[in-house]
Amino acid sequence: MAEAAEKQPAGSIDQATLTTRAVTKVYRTGDVVVHALRGVDLDLFESELVVLLGPSGSGKSTLLNILGGLDVPTEGDVRFRGTDLAAMTPDALTRYRRDHVGFVFQFYNLIPSLTAKENVALVTEIARDPMTPDDALALVGLAERMDHFPAQLSGGEQQRVAIARAVAKRPEILLCDEPTGALDSETGIQVLEAIEYVNREVGTTTALITHNTTISDMADRVVSFSDGLIVDVAINKERRHARDLHW
Amino acid sequence: MNALNRKLFRDVWRLRGQGLAIALVVASGVAVLVLSLSTMEALRETMDAYYDRYRFAHVFAGVKRAPERLADRIAAIPGVQSVETRVVEFSVLDVPGFDEPVTGSLVSIPEDDGPHLNRLVLRSGRLVRQGKSDEVVLNEPFAEAHGLQLGDTLDAIINGTKRSLRVVGTALSPEHIYVLGPGALMPDKKRYGILWMGQDALAGAYDLEGAFNDVVLTLMRGAEPQDVIDRLDTLLDRYGGVGAIARKNQISNWFLTNEMQQMRTMATVLPSIFLTIAAFLTNMVLSRLIATERSEIGLMKAFGYGTFAIGWHYLKMVMIIAGLGILIGWLFGAWLGRFNTQTYAEIYRFPFLLYRPSPMAFMISGLVSLSSAMLGALIAVRAAINLPPAEAMRPPAPPLYRNRGLLATGFGGWFDQSTRMILRQMVRWPGRSLVTIIGIATTVSVMIMTLQWLDSIDALEVTQFQDAQRQTLMVSLTDAKSEDARFAFKHMPGVLAVEPARGVTVRFTSGLRTHRGSIEGVLPTARLQVVFDTSGRVIAVPDDGLVLSSVLAAKLEVGRGDSVTVKVLEGRRPELTLPVVDIFDTYIGTPAYMHLDALNRHLREPPSLQTVSLFADENDLPSLFAELKENPSVAGVVLRQAAIDMFNETLGQTVLIFVWIFIGFACTLAIGIVYNGARIALSERGRELATLRVLGFGTTDITYILLGEVAILTLIGLPLGCLLGTGLCWVMNTAFATELFRVPLVIEASTYGFSVVFSVVATVISAALVQRRLSRLDLIAVLKTRE
Repeated sequence: MAEAAEKQPAGSIDQATLTTRAVTKVYRTGDVVVHALRGVDLDLFESELVVLLGPSGSGKSTLLNILGGLDVPTEGDVRFRGTDLAAMTPDALTRYRRDHVGFVFQFYNLIPSLTAKENVALVTEIARDPMTPDDALALVGLAERMDHFPAQLSGGEQQRVAIARAVAKRPEILLCDEPTGALDSETGIQVLEAIEYVNREVGTTTALITHNTTISDMADRVVSFSDGLIVDVAINKERRHARDLHW
Repeated sequence: MNALNRKLFRDVWRLRGQGLAIALVVASGVAVLVLSLSTMEALRETMDAYYDRYRFAHVFAGVKRAPERLADRIAAIPGVQSVETRVVEFSVLDVPGFDEPVTGSLVSIPEDDGPHLNRLVLRSGRLVRQGKSDEVVLNEPFAEAHGLQLGDTLDAIINGTKRSLRVVGTALSPEHIYVLGPGALMPDKKRYGILWMGQDALAGAYDLEGAFNDVVLTLMRGAEPQDVIDRLDTLLDRYGGVGAIARKNQISNWFLTNEMQQMRTMATVLPSIFLTIAAFLTNMVLSRLIATERSEIGLMKAFGYGTFAIGWHYLKMVMIIAGLGILIGWLFGAWLGRFNTQTYAEIYRFPFLLYRPSPMAFMISGLVSLSSAMLGALIAVRAAINLPPAEAMRPPAPPLYRNRGLLATGFGGWFDQSTRMILRQMVRWPGRSLVTIIGIATTVSVMIMTLQWLDSIDALEVTQFQDAQRQTLMVSLTDAKSEDARFAFKHMPGVLAVEPARGVTVRFTSGLRTHRGSIEGVLPTARLQVVFDTSGRVIAVPDDGLVLSSVLAAKLEVGRGDSVTVKVLEGRRPELTLPVVDIFDTYIGTPAYMHLDALNRHLREPPSLQTVSLFADENDLPSLFAELKENPSVAGVVLRQAAIDMFNETLGQTVLIFVWIFIGFACTLAIGIVYNGARIALSERGRELATLRVLGFGTTDITYILLGEVAILTLIGLPLGCLLGTGLCWVMNTAFATELFRVPLVIEASTYGFSVVFSVVATVISAALVQRRLSRLDLIAVLKTRE
């Protein structure tokens, strides 16, 4: 733990939005036991952009699910601003997701029967202190296309709607699972620009899972996973702009 | 077993809930058809076999008094196979332990070996013996109703003399399956009995030695009954013949065939509708189910499976599901059919029961169900097969929704996003919405139609027994009595009012149309037994001329102002030409009325009457009954209250069974449709709903989105079902109308209410089953990327 703390950027642990301590996750499917996480300590600080790197099955998605309140750890401690997520009831977890967490998925998961604006409104209608859907869409550069249905938008546009939908509630944490996984590099970079913009302008703590090591250049910190453990935490002295990335 | 078949069985197992729900929909359609057709066939077959084995006569004729030697001349009529003469009389019985007077029909049978035509099915004891004039064989239901055992006695007024009769046997007869007493609407086994007595004994009692007053004939194969009837009428005319009738007009047979005709309507109209709808719904549901297998179809194609192999694979799956449904439907339908036939057989007292359903019902129902299911599957498989495998394996592209209709207008702002999702989903997939709406509407309408029978029967009862008949009891006399007879009744205990009437048997003729029936002579001042039009109008009979029921008028093709030729088949047998003065609607039979005085005048007889309606104080009924039992001029008594009770009891037995069966089927239909609709929607939209959960929506919120659609469609389906049900009632009422019965089209508000509530309950149950799955939705699966 001391080692992990050493690799954290300047600032006290009090400023951590999310903390995990000795988190393990074991899945049992039939006779097979899978140790997805074997003891993970991690702090996500306010306004920080962290990239989670690692091969398939290394546990990063499992951790993201636990951080987002979609799953509970088998053992260990997960705290959001000091509150233990593991002790929350399903209803409390629903409220946690509703009020504090924004999700962006690889396959967008937009509601096909709602327009871009309505997809965003879906979230703003139940959030405590949301921005307007128009503002959220303007944030990702889609103000012009907000009355289009998902089927009328390109992949990159759909993903940007998903980002707008995730940030419209002004979440404390933005969790992105392979947001560019299904996109070509040009649209991928547009999407990263949107995430970067939100992180900078709104100050949302952002965790982003990717396979693409190039993307780690835009992070404050890069956390590498292997076999259910954090094997490396690297601090970027300088963050590169998303638009300067190439792959 | 190859891998594909293994997949098949696992898929079927995985989809067992939905498969079963679909199978039940199929089964409902199949069962209704099998039930109805097999019941009808069985009753028909049983009746035919009964008639055949016990030599039910083809022609029946009553006569005042004809000499026995006439039998040879009757036998000589071309086409006649055998002849049996007999004595038939009505009598008032005094059954021990039963206050009310009972009407008995005394029928003579040859001593020792019994009748050769209309043979008796001896149920206990023996037939009457030569020289034992007090022996009697009772019809079994009557004996049972009164607990009369062999050796017991009962009193009868025979030709004015009270005689004690000893029960030596009980029997059934093909002539008296539907045992209907004079003036009664429904069989009443307590108040009307058939008593078979020795030929010599009965002929002696009625001074008919060497003579007969009734004759029955069987005909040779191919003989035309009407030719025989005409010649028979000519022969009997001078002996006071009242007109021979063919078997089809014989009262028991007529009622029985009428009832079977109604059952035939029920067996064809309703199941056809039901089977068609079930087939359509099966088709839609299965095609949607197969559509969710799209990525698997792509995968199989990618592996190199051909179109035929894939198509066959899914066809097998559908055949298993539909086959299961058909099997359940066959078994359940056959079981219900047997149960139902037994119920009828008990009501009718068939001595045996032939339940041998022909393969027809099974084949039709199986073929229709299977082909519709397979067609549904093929359409869906074809759509998936036409896609390139790579595209089929990917989740389908988001379907294109459009902003239109209400949501595109200013009203759009009224709805939150969840409601928008529901509305757009419904508009985007109108076919699916339609299936649910039709499913609900069918459920409601079938229930309305079923429950409406009860409303109609109630309405019929009110019209018949409250509006048209208000007497306490009706007494029929042995023969026409002079007008003074009414005063004798006036002075009986408790009698407050007496109303005379007289019925004569006639043949109506208009052009080529004829009808054998009767004219009821009544007074315009009648209050106890009135000529009642179903619109609520009470008709005072005019001084002269006929008042016809609309069904009779239609049969004769006459209207107001037209003339009808009336051949009276009694007394002096005049032939009259009478104007039709008024026409009225009635639900039962084909009555005709005229002024009693005019009737007597036309008959060239002094003022006389043959029935009296009595209005009596309920408290004095026992003493009134006692007096009526002793009165030699009384041939029969019908109590209004007993008639009402029998009416309800009889219809209750037959109709209620069907009501509950159909409600059951309708509910199954609703559950099958709603459950499947919601389950498939869940599998199609699981990702979408899980996303919403991830975004912070609670279980209640997503339940609203998934089941809100069901709720809205149900709300649309309910009124539609009420409308459809009303139409269906009309169709059934029209189809059910016979010469005997027209069922009024009355639908009570409670019927609508009950049907709606039942359908909603069925919907809620199926929705609740799906809701349980919603709360177990796998949120992680949504986030799973294809790493």
